[in-house]
Amino acid sequence: MSPDDGILAPVSQHDADVLARGSELERLPARILELGEELRREGVAVGTSEMLDAFEVLREIPWTSQEDFREALAATLAKSQEDRRIFELVFERFFFRAVEIAASREGIREDGQGSLGELSEEELEELRMQIAAAVRDGAEGAMRDLARMAIAAFARRQEGSGVIGVDVQRIRRTLGLRAEPQPDLPPADPRREGLPREALRRFEALLRRELERAQIERTGTLPPSRPLGELDRALPSGPLADLAAVHRVVAQLRRRLATQGLQARGHRRHAHVDVRRTMRASLQTGGVPVVLKFRPRRPKRPEIYVLCDVSTSVTSASVFFLSVLHALHDTFRKMRSFVFIERISEVTDIFEHERNFKAVSERISSDAGVADISGYTDYGRVWSEFLVQVEDDLHPRATVIVLGDARTNGRDPRADVFAQIAARAGRTFWLNPEPRLYWNYGDSVIAAYEQYCTAFECWTTAQLEDFVRALTRPVIAAAR
Amino acid sequence: MPASESPAPASVADVAAGLRGVGYLPGESTALVSFLATRLGKPVLVEGPAGVGKTELAKALASYLGRELVRLQCYEGLDEAKALYEWNYRKQLLRIQAEASDTGWEAVQEDIFGEEFLLARPLMSAIASEEPVVLLIDEIDKTDQEFEAMLLEVLSDFQISIPELGRVQSRTHPVVLLTSNNSRELTEALKRRCLYLWLDYPELEHELEIVRLHTPDLHEAIARRLVEVIGMVRELDLKKPPSIAESIDWARALLLLGVKDIDADTFTETMSVIVKHRADMDVVAERVGLKLRSPADVA
Repeated sequence: MSPDDGILAPVSQHDADVLARGSELERLPARILELGEELRREGVAVGTSEMLDAFEVLREIPWTSQEDFREALAATLAKSQEDRRIFELVFERFFFRAVEIAASREGIREDGQGSLGELSEEELEELRMQIAAAVRDGAEGAMRDLARMAIAAFARRQEGSGVIGVDVQRIRRTLGLRAEPQPDLPPADPRREGLPREALRRFEALLRRELERAQIERTGTLPPSRPLGELDRALPSGPLADLAAVHRVVAQLRRRLATQGLQARGHRRHAHVDVRRTMRASLQTGGVPVVLKFRPRRPKRPEIYVLCDVSTSVTSASVFFLSVLHALHDTFRKMRSFVFIERISEVTDIFEHERNFKAVSERISSDAGVADISGYTDYGRVWSEFLVQVEDDLHPRATVIVLGDARTNGRDPRADVFAQIAARAGRTFWLNPEPRLYWNYGDSVIAAYEQYCTAFECWTTAQLEDFVRALTRPVIAAAR
Repeated sequence: MPASESPAPASVADVAAGLRGVGYLPGESTALVSFLATRLGKPVLVEGPAGVGKTELAKALASYLGRELVRLQCYEGLDEAKALYEWNYRKQLLRIQAEASDTGWEAVQEDIFGEEFLLARPLMSAIASEEPVVLLIDEIDKTDQEFEAMLLEVLSDFQISIPELGRVQSRTHPVVLLTSNNSRELTEALKRRCLYLWLDYPELEHELEIVRLHTPDLHEAIARRLVEVIGMVRELDLKKPPSIAESIDWARALLLLGVKDIDADTFTETMSVIVKHRADMDVVAERVGLKLRSPADVA
């Protein structure tokens, strides 16, 4: 591969041929600017100074190695782990697409991939074994070629659903590729011991890429760029299986909250002079207080009491919310969490002992024992029980948060008891996982509670984040 | 160029080889970003979990480039006086008091605002140094935004303005490394001025190399097993995952104890070298302990 071909870092000889035909070299600066634009669109803050840095570093490194090229660009354009993740995806998509655009422009098509003909069962089985062996060994080149064959073979036997993600999973299942060991397979089968997870993911990524290539060839256009920002996802309404996503949201929230605390500290300027320390320091300057020492103002951390509705409509959102709060527990001085349906039950210790998110949700749904006969929420009773349990603890520095849809199923809302709770606590918040449009519709009585607390909508992760941010703003204790 | 400094590196491979030569095994991107930093003169922001070798990188770079290492350890409440410069009040007051009373104010004033009354802190000494240096600003995420704002002037123009003395310009261009444990987001303005490097826990082979470098006497098989177990422990969701420094400590401990293999017993005994939280110890003992063979099984 000559140095000229390395500019757009091709990944195969086929791509290199494509590029050699074009005069891509002259368009490199424009290309890099396009990359910067694309990153901006995905929410990475790329300023002009960073673009200039990017050009500067490209002068210093050879372009023949894709690794070096990508690392150098990443060092100047992606300035945090989140940014780096987005950068990887955009870089992949950008330079991958470039090859495809050039290919379709030149009218080059992959030859003979469309029709593999009907394979017999043995040939299919053989293909399965080969793929499994390649995945087990992590052989990149073999995986790529076999991915193409797999798509050609399987995508024809069943109707492609058109949604690439679904097709990828379907092919993977048909191939029987799993990370767990499958002891019922014959010993010669490479899938018996379970395949390495990383290699499986690589294979899925290759399948995806090949499917996208095929689609581009077919349609002649590029698929619309998927927005990569994930924080706009709605809060999960089904059983939560995506641990990694939860952890990611929590990690981001935690980082943002940590910055928050420091920002708040900068705003207050009045501090009390600590006379003793000033006199102590003045010894250095002959008894003259040249330097003033101030008493440090530590922002007060709030105490939290959380009540979460876990009736069927709201469960996953509740568990999600509780996990987020518990992951941030060191931001709060003290936290006690409760779940309720018709009765109330304290679940603080479940979070202390269980780290696994799925185990937590199972324990809450089974052990909490808060459902009675009907399984419908009874808010009135919940308030009374709560008041009884925490009566001595509630004080003006405490914050009470309720997560629920305020649907009392026709029972007495007991807003008076709620008013008592709100009166004792310093702040009271209500998080409603329904959009504001549905409030007070049907059996929702949130209007009765709204007069005593501040109500928020909370059905996307962004809203949750806003709320947690508002929550952790240090409480300036009013002088009473 | 002073004789003690090695010539500027010409390529990424040079830097990688040089760092290896002084005992630091760089990852792929580390050598590249260090090379870019020396060529472009831009500071490098190194982020990553605790204990992956960020400070070590600065020391290794200083050693490789033949420069002195100037270190500024940041903490909460660090201010200009401790980082930049400070006037030696005591000495100035003594000077004034020792002066005879009929000496004019002009003469005294020129005296007490001279260089001898200036206490140079790390940043100042890095800027004003005659020899080229490597400046390490360690754990900058512990400071606050005001400190970062003050750093901006230093990092972009490499000069410090002292009202009484004037501007101090740097004669040599220091290589600046900022490390951060990622406990808070740094300001955009600071990140803009730096090249970014993320140091993460190393791959198995890489970590094996590092362990072998620090404990060459440890048997290869045990070292490999050690690194595998550490990898397993890191995958668990712990409060504090073990860092590279802890891997090396564990290797040294095992070498000292003269163990032949890492089985369940040895692991339980020496676990406290790598796991530093009570809650974590339970989790690790349960998950990893089961995967290791008990000594009875070892034929």
